Amino acid sequence: MPSTDKYSILLPTYNEVENLPIIIWLLIKHMNASGYPYEIIIIDDGSPDGTLEAAKQLQKIYGEDKIVLRPREKKLGLGTAYIHGIKHATGNYIIIMDADLSHHPKFIQEFIEKQRSQNFDIVTGTRYIGGGGVHGWDFKRKLISRGANLLTQILLRPGVSDLTGSFRLYKKDILETLIKSCVSKGYVFQMEMIVRARQRRYTIGEVPISFVDRVYGESKLGGSEIIQFARSLLYLFATT
Amino acid sequence: MTKLMEWLFVVGTLGAIWLALLTNTIENSFAKDHYDLLLFSPVIFVALFGLYALTLVLYRVFTFNNCDEAAEELQKEILQAKEDLQKQGFKFKTVQ
Repeated sequence: MPSTDKYSILLPTYNEVENLPIIIWLLIKHMNASGYPYEIIIIDDGSPDGTLEAAKQLQKIYGEDKIVLRPREKKLGLGTAYIHGIKHATGNYIIIMDADLSHHPKFIQEFIEKQRSQNFDIVTGTRYIGGGGVHGWDFKRKLISRGANLLTQILLRPGVSDLTGSFRLYKKDILETLIKSCVSKGYVFQMEMIVRARQRRYTIGEVPISFVDRVYGESKLGGSEIIQFARSLLYLFATT
Repeated sequence: MTKLMEWLFVVGTLGAIWLALLTNTIENSFAKDHYDLLLFSPVIFVALFGLYALTLVLYRVFTFNNCDEAAEELQKEILQAKEDLQKQGFKFKTVQ
């Protein structure tokens, strides 16, 4: 099928020197196999561990058309990282994902096919339905996650099963519009994005994904994350 | 209308009906015969809903897919990636 679609994969990084080569290798492998035109934009926020140097090596191996480097001086918000990446993106679709190997690039082809099936504005990965799931969570973590998810479903009725996931495909202009309308920081940013998308009546498709919690490095869920989540849930409850 | 307004609207409407039945503003023989049940119905409703939610959450926790295969596959792919990248001249940062 002739098409001018191109997919820009945004990869914000901070201290991912171990994960970055692996995720890039996986992305190249699966995107080449899928046959869709793509580019990978690495936005490193001044990692002290040498992530940028690793990225430069990868750029030499895979080429400047595939690997684009857009580093920033220091750690700034996720939303601004996306804005920064979009500015240099040549694709008409944007894929956002984490660089810590919890999101597997093999699902991107499914995202693209889902998007094309009904011309969705957004396709989001979901851990909560179908064949989706999470590896590496204990009972307590699962309980908090499921409890928070049900509470959110009851209060906001967002029509999307996974609100805090950050593995998504957006039409480029829609992502730009959404980021500008969001005020949250941190991981609740993803929840606000999808709730505001629903409020604006954008169409959203879902693809079940397996989420493998951080292989290298620490995954965190503490009291402050829970408080942050509760606050933004109430904020969205009162404003959307 | 925000979600908060929706909730206030629904809770307010149901509350008004409940209060009208309780004070017999709406003439109703059922309300007279089952006054206690009517009086405690909001508490009963909330308790039942809580029980339903708790059961649902626990069911979902125990049926949460562990994705063990995906994790094993990823471990294999990490080894493949390292081997292949090294062949292509990538220098991994040595971690002590």
